Amino acid sequence: FYLTPAQVNSILKANEYSFKVPEFDGKNVSSVLGFDSNQLPANAPIEDRRSAATCLQTRGMLLGVFDGHAGCACAQAVSERLFYYIAVSLLPHETLLEIENAVESGRALLPILQWHKHPNDYFSKEASKLYFNSLRTYWQELIDLNSGETTDVREALINAFKRLDNDISLEAQVGDPNSFLNYLVLQVAFSGATACVAHVDGVDLHIANTGDSRAMLGVQEEDGSWSAVNLSYDHNAQNEHEVERVKMEHPKSEEKSLVKQDRLLGLLMPFRAFGDVKFKWSIELQKRVIESGPDQLNDNEYTKFIPPNYHTPPYLTAEPEVIHHKLRPQDKFLVLATDGLWETMHRQDVARIVGEYLTGVHHQQPIAVGGYKVTLGQMHGLLTERRARISSVFEDQNAATHLIRHAVGNNEFGTVDHERLSKMLSLPEELARMYRDDITIIVVQFNSHVIGAYQNEE
Amino acid sequence: AAGMFLRLLSDIQWRAAHPKWRTMSSSQRSTSTTAEPHPVSLPAQAQVVICGGGITGTSVAYHLSKMGWKDIVLLEQGRLAAGTTRFCAGIVSTARPVSIELKMAHYSNKLYQQLEQETGVQTGYMKTGSISLAQTQDRLISLKRIASSLNVMGIPCEIISPKKVLQLHPLINIHDLVGAMYVPEDALVSSANVSLALATAASRNGVQIHERTSVSHVTVQKGRVTGVETDRGRIQCEYFVNCAGQWAYELGHSGEEPVHIPLHACEHFYLLTHPLKEPLSSSLPTIVDPDGRIYIRNWQGGILSGGFEKNPKPLFTEGRNQLEIQNLQEDWDHFGPLLSALLRRMPGLEALQIMQLVNCPESFTPDMRCIMGESPTARGYFVLAGMNSAGISYGGGAGKYLAEWMVNGYPSENVWSLDLKRFGTLQSSRTFLRHRVMEVMPLMCDLKVPRWDFQTGRQLRTSPLYDRLDAQGARWMEKHGFERVKYFVPPGKDLLDLDHSKTFYKPDWFDIVGSEVKCCKEAVCVIDMSSFTKFEISSTGDQALESLQYLFSNDLDVPVGHVVHTGMLNEKGGYENDCSIARLSKRSFFMISPTDQQVHCWAWLKNRLPDDSNLVMEDVTWKYTALNLIGPRAVDVLSELSYAPMTAEHFPSLFCKEMSVGYANGIRVMSITHTGEPGFVLYIPIEYALHVYNEVMNMGQKYGIRNAGYYALRSLRIEKFFAFWGQDLDAFTTPMECGREFQVKLEKFLGQEALLEQKQNGVYKRFTMFILEDHDTDMDLWPWWGEPIFRNGRYVGKTTSSAYSYTLERHVCLGFVHHFDEKTGEELVVTTDFINQGEYEIDIAGQRFQAKAKLYPFSSLFTQRRRKDEVELSGYQRE
Repeated sequence: FYLTPAQVNSILKANEYSFKVPEFDGKNVSSVLGFDSNQLPANAPIEDRRSAATCLQTRGMLLGVFDGHAGCACAQAVSERLFYYIAVSLLPHETLLEIENAVESGRALLPILQWHKHPNDYFSKEASKLYFNSLRTYWQELIDLNSGETTDVREALINAFKRLDNDISLEAQVGDPNSFLNYLVLQVAFSGATACVAHVDGVDLHIANTGDSRAMLGVQEEDGSWSAVNLSYDHNAQNEHEVERVKMEHPKSEEKSLVKQDRLLGLLMPFRAFGDVKFKWSIELQKRVIESGPDQLNDNEYTKFIPPNYHTPPYLTAEPEVIHHKLRPQDKFLVLATDGLWETMHRQDVARIVGEYLTGVHHQQPIAVGGYKVTLGQMHGLLTERRARISSVFEDQNAATHLIRHAVGNNEFGTVDHERLSKMLSLPEELARMYRDDITIIVVQFNSHVIGAYQNEE
Repeated sequence: AAGMFLRLLSDIQWRAAHPKWRTMSSSQRSTSTTAEPHPVSLPAQAQVVICGGGITGTSVAYHLSKMGWKDIVLLEQGRLAAGTTRFCAGIVSTARPVSIELKMAHYSNKLYQQLEQETGVQTGYMKTGSISLAQTQDRLISLKRIASSLNVMGIPCEIISPKKVLQLHPLINIHDLVGAMYVPEDALVSSANVSLALATAASRNGVQIHERTSVSHVTVQKGRVTGVETDRGRIQCEYFVNCAGQWAYELGHSGEEPVHIPLHACEHFYLLTHPLKEPLSSSLPTIVDPDGRIYIRNWQGGILSGGFEKNPKPLFTEGRNQLEIQNLQEDWDHFGPLLSALLRRMPGLEALQIMQLVNCPESFTPDMRCIMGESPTARGYFVLAGMNSAGISYGGGAGKYLAEWMVNGYPSENVWSLDLKRFGTLQSSRTFLRHRVMEVMPLMCDLKVPRWDFQTGRQLRTSPLYDRLDAQGARWMEKHGFERVKYFVPPGKDLLDLDHSKTFYKPDWFDIVGSEVKCCKEAVCVIDMSSFTKFEISSTGDQALESLQYLFSNDLDVPVGHVVHTGMLNEKGGYENDCSIARLSKRSFFMISPTDQQVHCWAWLKNRLPDDSNLVMEDVTWKYTALNLIGPRAVDVLSELSYAPMTAEHFPSLFCKEMSVGYANGIRVMSITHTGEPGFVLYIPIEYALHVYNEVMNMGQKYGIRNAGYYALRSLRIEKFFAFWGQDLDAFTTPMECGREFQVKLEKFLGQEALLEQKQNGVYKRFTMFILEDHDTDMDLWPWWGEPIFRNGRYVGKTTSSAYSYTLERHVCLGFVHHFDEKTGEELVVTTDFINQGEYEIDIAGQRFQAKAKLYPFSSLFTQRRRKDEVELSGYQRE
């Protein structure tokens, strides 16, 4: 069984999406030029999610990847809801009041987010009212709290993550009279999701990470080469600090059972996650909710199963680790990706492949004659070759697609091997998950001119 | 590398030779890091301040000082000739399709030739000649058209075979050529040194030159320039000349009262090489390969080659910007296609070593023609900029015309097509300019066939009926930002796409326009003519009438409701505008002029009407939609819609009345059609436009009404010998010269003396109609305009417009006949006999067609007999 290059492309490009920050009169004043994103499923259906939106009432852009486990319900909910929580956390008091007054009097609401979605990135219609009410309760509390202080992005991100996870948990405990919704909120709570979210505003880049997705900055050195800078830490057993943290939070007696086979309680790979109430609720609460819950839930062995050595919940938190980075002109792009990518590729390779792709398409390293002896014929040959190279890169219009192509198709020499690509993509559904994980990638490209200008102002 | 280049192009010697202004500028050109003291302070006042020390600024200074103006200060923000002028390729080429541009280039060439002798500054002038190559037959036709123009100007020029090209330039690959045009007197110069030579001469004539002085803004009071503010203080002045090149737009906008100078910079690249093994001769002709988008000249034993790429890089959209200046680097990938074209043209250059790729921004304008003249809003504020990469070719001539304009009040040639006032604020948007120049720059090399239109910056001004007409198959052209219908493509019929429809022969719309014309003749057509400029002038007393009587040549003291065709003449009796004026009431007038008169006519009248608050002029162009109902059944349609009798007894020709049409009241109906056909123009307040249009179309159905466009209108007006301002008439044409004595009154008016003199002594040119005799419409090249006219084998003038007459089934050309003395070339009086007693030929791209000259239109074309005083526009029947 063999896929033609065209078939490979149609699989690779099915979920690709690009967004270019609109220019005004040929000029882009944002520090973000735009982003490319893509997903390649291994699970059926895919359990990864992605989101991207521009904040309309504050400045900045939000981008995130979400890796679901035990189903996609939690990842889906987080992908729909988290950015609203973040945006609301960032809003000044007056805007919150304005929004609340609008809702109160039934007036049109100020739009909070401008979403940049691929057609496959759906929102749940049924739950929107429920989600909205939870969000409204949140902002009402924010209004009551009115600290009067300006909102710190770090704090806003942490609050939003925690609040959303709390709401997911509460909604599942309270339930819903509508049986569909009732089942949905339980699914969301019992499944889990990691989140890696970037907030870019001018030169301020904040990464909030919960779980084992990763954010990586692509930096172009002065000699033109590419290097990678991590902007997140994986929350898993490989991270000593994370293991340390979990151990600190529980009695010494549990030390041995907390992390087994590199998994939390021997079960869960990520050490932080949304949902996963099985690792958060008390045993009594879990039993009560499951018993009063719908039959489907009762029939599900996974949900009924209580983790072993479950003594002092919660074992899991959605609280993110936030890293702040001031963007510099040499910071050319940011890659957010779920662990499906990082399992197959080293970050250094990711930086190089994306870096070369982006410069190839947009600003191939310019040629300068300088003091060299170059003839017209040599230059002509060189230019022709460069044009040919660009057109091969143009096979991919999307940096994320280009990266997936390499991640799945790279041979031992680091070049894309079509045969390998074809094999990997034609694996039957039930086998695919054994060879690769869902991959979700967002590549954000920065506007060095604008960043440089910011720098000069300071 | 830039430093090296500065040394290469510029001759430093001029400095030592002319110490007078040496002290004011840098003593070390190539090291600019040290701040220079300014030993000579600026004068507190001057008659003229010129901003910009490039080729245009120095040329204006040179010519002004030659004409006797001495109190002139030229300010340059950096160093003289250090901007685009320094970096330009130095090609002086007269191979220009537009006649005024050709004249400017011709003059420049002659000026530069003697400049070294005049000033002692080496200009590097070298008469190399130029060869323009044609890779296609169409290109060759366009070259032949230029060659015809050059020949009648007395500029040597020939169409040559590819083989001859090889003889003239041994490096050229001629295999893909069909022919070429050789202009042996075209030249090369060092552009920076030409500019320095002009500055030197100006300086000797008393012009003060200050480098490193930048103008921050120009002050204007009561609509007049009063001075300039610089970084070194203020200078009071009467005249300011903006020669700031690509910064002219910004400078124009820096003052309180903005002066809109629509231009935009694009990056422009050219290549310099080391010398060939056997260095190229400095007399080798310059090669222009428009199909390859490149030019190639010899340069210091090697070559200099640049071009106009398809994907230009506009810059400085937001004004001067340090980041963009720094980023002006060699972009080889961008230059790639031009390099391919170069090596295709001269394959032998493969082994030639590159010296540098120069990136030199050039400024471009919305219509590819340069910008000169006085601001319509600030008197004394003159502009010369936007040279569209031909600054050296035009600089000399343009500077001369502008100097004449300032000193005499008008230039010695018709420069309307370059006049700043052809633009208004509407062409001043940066977005528009950015988009338009991206089209204009590649157009420098594109084939320009008759009636091509710009594709960018469209749909800016539209009639409220635009969508309705568009849905009915309208094809559009643009004038002064306004979309106008060319013709309507009937349902089910497809025309060629834009690229394939380009032709010098019979166009694909021939039959479509033919049927529109037929409908105008036999039934009735509607043409949306909303783009025409419309002013209302009214006063509390007789001020309006009195002022207009002086400013217009025809008698406006007519009964209320009459429409008068009249010229708005200058002192020399030339047409500044040609318009129709309706007397709405005793004290108010409604004036209709050509679309592109909106800025010029406004400024002309504003400057001449008395400053009287009881006299009000308003531009009401936007308030009215104009529907032109042309044809014998227009009467029937209108009378049915208004329940008013519209026949000639009740509504004679050249009448104006407000009436109701359909439900809409207050429609200004005028019995004129601008074509000589019977009919009416309806001036409809825009909110009623759709209603009236629908009513007219519904009611008209039984009379066979249909939409028509401007091409039909043009065919109709040209076959009836109607002159249009901007095409046939200009500031150098008087009513006497186009047979319009009948539009001239006896009372005193502006320009009357000149006309009386002509009446007494005769005219030196005569507007004439030519019917092509042996021209095959299907097979032969079509005339356009600008074709040379020959009488008894001798050149006597050029055509100004042409159209196919569907009625006569012949091509009709309109144009002016001069009488040049056979020996001296002196212009003699043109008499009726002179016109009538000649054998005429029209030269279309080198091929001559016999033509019959007529001073009067065919009376058979006028469907209705009219009373003498009712004859529209043309008065020939009276004689």
